Amino acid sequence: MTLRLGIPSKGRLMDKTFQWFADRGITLKRSGTGREYAGEVDGIKGVSLVLLSAGEVPRELAAGRIHLGVTGTDLIHESLPLWQQQVQQVAALGFGQADLILAVPQFWVDVDTLDDLDAAAAAFRARHGHRLRIATKYHRLVRDFLRHAGVADYALVDSQGATEGTVLNETAEMVADITSTGETLRANHLKLLTDGLILQSQATLWRSRVAEYSKAETTALGQMMARIEG
Amino acid sequence: MNPSRSATLARAANLRARFEDAGAQVVETPVLQPAGILLDLYGEDIRARAYVTSDALRGEQMLRPDFTVPVVQMHMDHAADPARYTYAGEVFRRQEQDPDRASEYIQVGYELFDRSGSAAADAEVFALIADTLTGLPLRAATGDIGILMAAVQGLDTSDARKSALMRHLWHPRRFHALLERFSGRATPPPSRQALLAQDDPLDGHAPIIGKRRLSDVEARIDALRADAATPPICARELTALETLLKVRETLPYALERLRDVAVDLPQILPALDRLAARIKALTAQGIDTDTLDFEASYGRTSMEYYDGFVFGFYAQTRPDLPPIATGGRYDALTRRLGKGAEIPAVGGVLRPDLMLLLEGAQT
Repeated sequence: MTLRLGIPSKGRLMDKTFQWFADRGITLKRSGTGREYAGEVDGIKGVSLVLLSAGEVPRELAAGRIHLGVTGTDLIHESLPLWQQQVQQVAALGFGQADLILAVPQFWVDVDTLDDLDAAAAAFRARHGHRLRIATKYHRLVRDFLRHAGVADYALVDSQGATEGTVLNETAEMVADITSTGETLRANHLKLLTDGLILQSQATLWRSRVAEYSKAETTALGQMMARIEG
Repeated sequence: MNPSRSATLARAANLRARFEDAGAQVVETPVLQPAGILLDLYGEDIRARAYVTSDALRGEQMLRPDFTVPVVQMHMDHAADPARYTYAGEVFRRQEQDPDRASEYIQVGYELFDRSGSAAADAEVFALIADTLTGLPLRAATGDIGILMAAVQGLDTSDARKSALMRHLWHPRRFHALLERFSGRATPPPSRQALLAQDDPLDGHAPIIGKRRLSDVEARIDALRADAATPPICARELTALETLLKVRETLPYALERLRDVAVDLPQILPALDRLAARIKALTAQGIDTDTLDFEASYGRTSMEYYDGFVFGFYAQTRPDLPPIATGGRYDALTRRLGKGAEIPAVGGVLRPDLMLLLEGAQT
């Protein structure tokens, strides 16, 4: 059997990952016309390429169906509650940087910290009859962060895209989302909370702690690590 | 070795029969509970603990995380008091942190609704639970959230500050942070000071978007200005409150310590009289109160709907196990579920699987 390496199958994340491995003498490429979700590995023996969505990488690592995988820290922490026991971080790849943050409308001049947010949420609930809604797709990370900070009287509403627009549409009062430059936030009249940084994420190579490693796969892993560590 | 499901069910039936003998009526509640009411009570945190599911007609539902809420609802809807209920069945809890803890287990409970709200009712429930656990190597812990609440409500400060503290009674970290600020020991963040220094903080600001309106922001700025003008909570009250939170003794000594605290916090005196009455009632039930532990902060992190007497039984030899039994008084919960009505209530739950586990380890 071969060592299975899972890589996001689309876009800049795939291209940059391919480049990162190429810099270390490992050539990854798609088979055939390039539309197929199958790939090849050159420059190292006993490794096979698995192309899949970045969102599926955590699950596949945790199930041990791939040995290595590239995905963002945010997705690992969100979807694997016991990630420390399930995966090991091999290398941060230096791209795909993004912060998971809490943002509120800019005109909320009274809200700058989590402490303010908590008080504003209590008053909002008393006045409007429902909890202050936070639109996000990172439910577990946001909830853990707010619980730890002792913020109450909020509700998470699911938003799988165009999250910054939810405030204008009045389906949420604020958002918890990934941002790299903050431009989309500003364009939608939102600002960051000073102490509202939930997680700093970047594209990362992970190793599954639960996958089985045959002798050949262990050898291939050793060679891979030697290349990565240079 | 973990006890089998059939052994656990047999023990559960046996415990429930015992509670029936004590005068309780057997009740059943649906496994699927409407999520709205639980979310309203516990907030978003419940989602971390309960299994949420949904269907197109009824919307979000939760797999019963406990029996207390449905039993209270049932009682408030159509029963007369005093009433005693018992039940046995599965509850479901998501376990994201500790894979060794069960996500589905059997709970057996006893709930007492009694308008007198008396110490005798507290003692009846505690003694009944303690009796079923006789012979197991357990440590009992007790507390009283009502004393904390009385202490906060009687502080010499603004109502806004008192309600902020009351709201975070169950979040010790935030409670502490609020207390630091309200006593002037911590300064407000620079952004707050800058905001309050402006004559019109909203002048020329960004577009107004979202359901939190301009008037909400203005109201909060007014509240912040009022708070800034409120004198700090005095050192005497603060020290007394901190001493109170640390009280941890056997019951008679704890009462003595709390009476000392009451010199500076006289608002807790009625709650202390209730504690004294409870000690008497427990003694009358045959409980050795001289050795029973009391912790003033007990129940502050894990038992958010209790607002009076609280208790738990823990395995001395297995600190890794969750409590074998827990319970307490939850008058405020009945007020929130009762649409205006309320009825003092106290109850407790047991884990028959853990009882069997400990018995197995003894032999």
